[in-house]
Order: sequence, then structure tokens, then C-alpha cells
Amino acid sequence: MAIARSERLPIRSGDDVVRVRQITRTLSVEAGFGLVDQTKIVTAASELARNTLDYGGGGEVHCELLHEGRRKGLRLTFEDQGPGIPDVEKALTDHYTTGGGLGLGLGGAKRLSNEFHIESTVGVGTRVTIARWKST
Amino acid sequence: MDRIPILKLGGALIVTIQVDMHDRLAVALEEDLSERIVRTGARGVLIEISALEIVDSFIGRMLDNIAAVSRVLDAEVVVVGMRPAVAITLVELGLTLAGIKTALNVERGMAMIQARLAEEDADGVESAHGHREE
Repeated sequence: MAIARSERLPIRSGDDVVRVRQITRTLSVEAGFGLVDQTKIVTAASELARNTLDYGGGGEVHCELLHEGRRKGLRLTFEDQGPGIPDVEKALTDHYTTGGGLGLGLGGAKRLSNEFHIESTVGVGTRVTIARWKST
Repeated sequence: MDRIPILKLGGALIVTIQVDMHDRLAVALEEDLSERIVRTGARGVLIEISALEIVDSFIGRMLDNIAAVSRVLDAEVVVVGMRPAVAITLVELGLTLAGIKTALNVERGMAMIQARLAEEDADGVESAHGHREE
């Protein structure tokens, strides 16, 4: 798998969340995504960026444009050094929230992606990776 | 600070969201809108979102809150102009905006609000409610 383009962005404020959406949009256009696929990955990115900010106390995102043979995709990795998630299974359940949100962020982002991976250690931080491939 | 303009048309308020929503803007809109509903006695609020490229759970919650606060203040919110890709994504995300009325476009949304106003006029609710124009 080749990485055609790679960007790192900090997530420290609401404005950064907007910037994460913009870079995700740009990369998904470069990957040749249709409008619905673009909207899905940008929405997933927005949910995860907001989680990083609200629950992780800020962090960063690594955005990569991928080429695998003839297929193109986008991989986003969100990392924070926040409190971590004690029960990942529970956090993935819809409407479960500890922060007054709707509790759709993680589960929703998972549904909007083709690949989803989460690692979290209490007291160390959380890393969420999603990928979406161009529909053919 | 940026603010989203609120227009008044008859008994309705109209808001067009043309910018990428962020936290402060969402909070300001909630406050401004509640204040305007009370000041003008508006019975309907039309929120036009055709410029929004995504609606995530943050914006969904904002729309939900605005609708709930407006309802308490006796005004009905109708959200109009959602892009098809946004609607598809919203449902997959798990948000159905169940507490919010939606219409396809401004014309149909205004018709919904006008229908409510006409119904209440016929019931004589309007005279009891009184006119509080700016």
C-alpha cells in the first residue's frame, strides 16, 4: 500500500475541528470519492475530531491518501493523551455518553467507515483509526 | 464575533446557515433566536441548511436544542433544504432528527408555518396571544 499524501493537524479548538473537516474533504476529492462517500468520511472525521477535543482533551489527526493497486482510499488516525476509555465496547454503544453529547460519535463514525480500529489505555490515551475506500 | 443573521417575514423568523458551524456560533444562534422569538412573538422559525456540507451529531444536537427551546416559547421550527448526501449520512450516523419538523425547501417550509398561523388565526388564538411587533 502506497501513501500518496499525508497531513498532520492539531486538534485543540473548535476551529481545528472545522480544519479537520476541510482537509478530509480535500483528500476525499483527491481520492475520487463521490459526493455521498465524501460526506460520510467528512462526517466521521468531524465526530472523531470532536471526541478528541471534548473527551481526549485535544490531540492530533494524521490524514493519509492511500493507493492500493488501483483502489484509492483515505485513512485517518486520531490520537490523544487524554484519560482513555475504560470500556471501549460500551463507548461504541449508541447513545452512551459521559460528556453530555448524543453518544453517537464512535458508533456513528464506525458505521460511516469501511475500516475502524480503536486502542485505548486508561491514563495513557486513545487512538482511533478509520479508513474508507472509493466505492466502485 | 460572527453571528448568523435572523430575518423576520410576517409571523415567521428565517435563518440561513451559510457558514461552517462551530461551537460559539451555535451557542450565539440559540441565544439570538430565543431572544428574537420573544421580542417579535414569532410563531414559526425556518432554518435553511442547503449550504451545510455535513450535519454531524454536534450540529444535530444544536438543531434539536433550538427546536426544543422554540417549542417552549411557542414557536415551531422547520428545517429545510438538507442536501441528499447529508440526509443519507445523517441516518447512517444514527441521527433521525425525530424532534424536528423538516421540509424539502423554503417554499414548503413556509407553507407549513403559514398553515399553522392560519389555523391559529381561525381558532382566535392570535387575538388572545396578542401582537408583539418590533
